[in-house]
Amino acid sequence: MSGLVPLLVTLPLLGAAVALIFGRRRKVQVGVSILTLTTVLVVAAILLYTVDSTGLPLAVSVGGWPVPFGIVLYVDRLAALLVVVSSIVLLAVLLFSVGQGAADGDDETPVSIFHPSYLILAAGIFNAFIAGDLFNLYVGFEILLVASYVLITLGSTESRIRTGVVYIVVSLVSSILFLAAIAAIYGALGTVNMVQLSQRMGELPEEVQLVLHLLLLLAFSIKAAVFPLSFWLPDSYPTAPAPVTAVFAGLLTKVGVYAMIRTETQIFRDSDVNTLLLIVALATMIVGVLGAVAQAELKRILSFTLVSHIGYMVFGLAVATPASLGATIYYMVHHIVVQTTLFLAVGLVERRAGSTSILKVQGLMRAAPVLAVLYFIPAINLGGLPPFSGFIGKFALFDAAAREGTPLMYILIIGGIITSLLTLYALMRAWNLAFWREEEDHADDTPERMAYLGGAPAAATQTERRVIPRIMTAATAGMVGVTLALTVFAGPLYQLCASIGEALQEPITISQLDEEARQ
Amino acid sequence: MTVSLVLIIIMGALFAAGVYAMLERSLTRVLIGFLLLGNAANLFLLVVMGRPGIAPFFGDSADPEQMSDPLPQALTLTAIVITFAVSAFLLALIYRSWQLGQADTVHDDEADLEVRERAPEDEDTMDDEITEEDDDATTDFVGTNTAPITVLHHRDVEGIRDDAPTDRPGGGR
Repeated sequence: MSGLVPLLVTLPLLGAAVALIFGRRRKVQVGVSILTLTTVLVVAAILLYTVDSTGLPLAVSVGGWPVPFGIVLYVDRLAALLVVVSSIVLLAVLLFSVGQGAADGDDETPVSIFHPSYLILAAGIFNAFIAGDLFNLYVGFEILLVASYVLITLGSTESRIRTGVVYIVVSLVSSILFLAAIAAIYGALGTVNMVQLSQRMGELPEEVQLVLHLLLLLAFSIKAAVFPLSFWLPDSYPTAPAPVTAVFAGLLTKVGVYAMIRTETQIFRDSDVNTLLLIVALATMIVGVLGAVAQAELKRILSFTLVSHIGYMVFGLAVATPASLGATIYYMVHHIVVQTTLFLAVGLVERRAGSTSILKVQGLMRAAPVLAVLYFIPAINLGGLPPFSGFIGKFALFDAAAREGTPLMYILIIGGIITSLLTLYALMRAWNLAFWREEEDHADDTPERMAYLGGAPAAATQTERRVIPRIMTAATAGMVGVTLALTVFAGPLYQLCASIGEALQEPITISQLDEEARQ
Repeated sequence: MTVSLVLIIIMGALFAAGVYAMLERSLTRVLIGFLLLGNAANLFLLVVMGRPGIAPFFGDSADPEQMSDPLPQALTLTAIVITFAVSAFLLALIYRSWQLGQADTVHDDEADLEVRERAPEDEDTMDDEITEEDDDATTDFVGTNTAPITVLHHRDVEGIRDDAPTDRPGGGR
């Protein structure tokens, strides 16, 4: 079975090469991309089933080098679950963008770079999830970042160049920090293999551990958009094309969170910065959601809620019990799916109404009832209303924190509840204005009322209204279906997440890793 | 582990200069800053390699103690390739930025400014900052005078055709 592991990275890279060769033949490109991602989804599902049924992680040493020296690909249940979820998301967003592209008749325009970049992005994400050593994790990050630089400046219009520059410069800084952290860790311990690092870390003095730990966390916090390193995100995500924003929002920040989970649970098991992480999590939740409340543009509202919900994951990570880690992983899966779905729904709004400003858009409820449902379900899910998966994830998280019972935990729980309610407020305000408001209401908008609502934001670009192709609606509806499945099948999924949380507490040793790699 | 003090000092200087240059609004300076930072990180990897020795893997009779550590070298090579690719992309981005606006500066986020303008009483300090900005914060291309904040729409410059598709990934004009 372990022979399947490298396919997760090689298949998308091969697909990207083929798609690049057929740059002028749109249909071949689309076929190649869909085929590649479907195959990866099947491979990932097989891997998840294998890893879950045997309970043992899979390891592959690339190039045949013995374990601590060579590159190790390492798939445990956490990595396998995240790879499955990301490939579902990547596939759905790909279908969405295909629908968008086909309807716009882009056979003539030379944006043939989208499919290759998208597949390389997928390869980078998968490589980061299955990396067994820090340097391979860095390479995975770089692959996905370089692909994301291309995607975020796609078409290179003036606004995209401006926001892309912010994104690129911030990402570069975090990459350099990560590389410096790797150098420092190698200098201190003589290895970059994560399993070996966790065993050797105890030999270092506590102060040195703390410095290395914070350096690594700093690099990952920028990528995960944790306050106060989150300001780049709401600035750069909204201007990108709708499918690109959707996949970035769902996956890129979560790769950062995943790296933080590995750092905390595997590499630095003794060095404890949980109190700091708890405070940072609280600030991320509150500051993020206050930003969302202040915005009047749908994509920006969503970008700010994205930042604030990263806070929940950091919170669960900082509680650091098996139950809270399980809840964090469930919440991560929920958030990847729901945030992507919401961005796709907003992409449809932008297309249907010609704008994403909630002050300009109105009467969508009557004009596009299907679209209204596609926005409403993930919106209340993200806001954490029962019985949806957002509620389950938050409830499990608060439950795990309350078991710890310290005053700080209760402060964070209260902060989490406030954030949840404010998220609901921000999203329902958008619902009321863009969907619920009748079309003719707009005529009697007095200047006072407009001033009260907050004025029209400049970022909301006015484009022509267009019909939504069926395939875009279908892709979004499929994602809404997945969010509902997270709720319906919450039992088995949560059990899996809880067992991952427990497994993270007892990491494998280097000899076990070696044994796995030899099989 | 023995390390070279000279390398450490050079590394520190490169890090400092790189961070300073990256804080500029001009993209060309950001690129230079990034190159300095990248090289500083590569030097860091070489520093942790320890004392240089004879080439590993060749000459089987050699004592492993005298070999240099091959892993940091492999890591450095990978990092150099990545830095190279990213700099190429940044150069393309700078060129495009200049093509569009005759400037390579990073602008403020317009929607951020809108939100900020809604609270005029807090604005005094912000406004002062902007007016005090010095004029040479952009790299001066072909004698075109450019201010750091304003977006100039010189789209009809001779020889430059703006053929960027707008708004959606599929393109279309």
